[in-house]
Amino acid sequence: MAGGLTYTSVDSTTLSTAEIYGKALVELGRAHPEVVALTADLAKSTKIGDFLKEFPDRFFNVGIAEQDLFGIAAGMAKAGLVPFLSTFSIFASMRAADQLHTDLCYQNINAKVIATHSGTSFGQAGSTHHAICDLAVTRSIPNLTVICPADGYETYNAVMKAYETPGPFYIRINRGFDRVLYKDADYGYEVGKAVEVHEGTDITVIACGSCVFQALEAAKFLDENEGIKVRVLDMHTIKPIDKDAILKAVMDTRRIITVEDHNIVGGLGSAVAEVVVESGKACAFKKCGIEDKFAPIGLHEDIMSMLGIDSTGIINAVREVMKKDFEEDDNWDDDM
Amino acid sequence: MPLSKTEWLALEKKANELRELTLETTHWAGSGHIGGGMSVLDILTVLYHKYMKLDKNDPDWEDRDRCILSKGHAAIAYAPVLCDFGFNDVEMLKTFNLSGSKMGMHLDSTKIRGVDASTGSLGHGLPIAVGTALAARVLGKDYWTYCILGDGECDEGSNWEAAMAAANFKVTNLISFVDRNRCMIDGRTEDVMKLEPFADKWTAFGFIVKEVDGQNIKELCEAIDFAHENKTDKPVMIICNTKKGAGIDFIEDDYLWHYGAFDDEKYEKAKESLKKYYAGRVARAEKEGE
Repeated sequence: MAGGLTYTSVDSTTLSTAEIYGKALVELGRAHPEVVALTADLAKSTKIGDFLKEFPDRFFNVGIAEQDLFGIAAGMAKAGLVPFLSTFSIFASMRAADQLHTDLCYQNINAKVIATHSGTSFGQAGSTHHAICDLAVTRSIPNLTVICPADGYETYNAVMKAYETPGPFYIRINRGFDRVLYKDADYGYEVGKAVEVHEGTDITVIACGSCVFQALEAAKFLDENEGIKVRVLDMHTIKPIDKDAILKAVMDTRRIITVEDHNIVGGLGSAVAEVVVESGKACAFKKCGIEDKFAPIGLHEDIMSMLGIDSTGIINAVREVMKKDFEEDDNWDDDM
Repeated sequence: MPLSKTEWLALEKKANELRELTLETTHWAGSGHIGGGMSVLDILTVLYHKYMKLDKNDPDWEDRDRCILSKGHAAIAYAPVLCDFGFNDVEMLKTFNLSGSKMGMHLDSTKIRGVDASTGSLGHGLPIAVGTALAARVLGKDYWTYCILGDGECDEGSNWEAAMAAANFKVTNLISFVDRNRCMIDGRTEDVMKLEPFADKWTAFGFIVKEVDGQNIKELCEAIDFAHENKTDKPVMIICNTKKGAGIDFIEDDYLWHYGAFDDEKYEKAKESLKKYYAGRVARAEKEGE
């Protein structure tokens, strides 16, 4: 397994993604005395309590004060520490947006934001706690690497890579248990490189976060029942986006669907669309996500179903896009 | 160790040189935040020329004292301080605010040597300074962190978040200043958004507060000495009562000079005013110094 990973698939099914982050942080803390953890009254919710137990002198709870959380982390990083700061995605990306922009990113400092309860994963808390704009906000801030891992293993990999890579990171993870996508962490994870989790030649579904598992389920169903060969890309890194994987999908399949637990404005779908449009190649395209409205309240899986970003919604979207005609004026022999 | 008359006079001389260089930079740039630049200059002078432990050849020396200028718009004074100190070429000041320059009206810590934090958006400095000071504790270092706030920026709630944190975490290796010039862009602080009882607010947030004349080097030094010797677990806040545009008589204490331009005539008038101002400051040091 990669990077001294001590988890098994049992861990990944018994620990929530945030709990896996908490364990990964303890591992980093043991190996690197400059790693510190900060939160804004959400140690319990963001699962960094284990770090507090083991390293009380390197743990700082600043109270319910997100701007202060980011500023203090920036000051610490400036002095040579590597802060991991955790709060809910909605507050990390918006309550402290000015500090994220100016203190962390403008100064290009080595601090890592682990934003939990992303998308609609804090479902019943409602729109005050749903983070449906964070990808749009964060991916437009220079210097910031933006990652939305698909499951616990990928979260582990992303956290470890964030430590190894200088500069600010924004890693958005979910509140609760994510369906396990990978069998372990050893699948060659690289920041900025999409993972093809299902082969296909008819259409490509590009997803991030908890939607990747749903896309994989949809792809398996469509292959078995309708003979549609769906390529599924786990686009865990929203910025820098994997342009090569997108362009290859354009050329190989000519049909792309993006799926994200985020507003369809400004997130993964927009990032992929920018690459597709600039390629100049014809491509049927559909964005699945939250259609520029506030999401309903409910359990996360129910909300995903209502939004059409679960496997059923993705199956329907694939059927729709497979019917689209788009290629009559295009030259299939063009080079990429 | 009380400030000797000789040292006081030397600091007056340096402060005067820096006022002149700030004025000159404003003239080169065509305009600048001259009001708040002049009010904060004495604080910067005593920090950089009496107290801060720095290596002129290595602005990033990890054991150095830190200065977080939260009122980042005072770069028109801060840039001259950092250039005069030797961290950057003084010639760079001639490019201040010009297209393509590394040096804009808010200094970029990734481009200008000696800048401990990129500030400009207000209410950011104190949280950063708390972090830098806490880092010294984690790293086992004994450097001091100084943070200079504007008074108008104390309207920003983030300062008070940081004030709570500084007291809560007993951050006594942090010494903070407010440049209390009582002016902000749209008017006087007490007319736009009341800050008073200002000292009481900091006291209530858990600080030991000293109030001084921020244009009196001796008083500034006494307050910093007091803060260095502080044995309590409370951080020290030094409220520096200053005058916006200090030293330039025709802009002094006038909020309309938050930002302004000096044509050649005003520039010459300002130079004359600074000369007189310096003479008065020297006379005070001669009289009150020991």
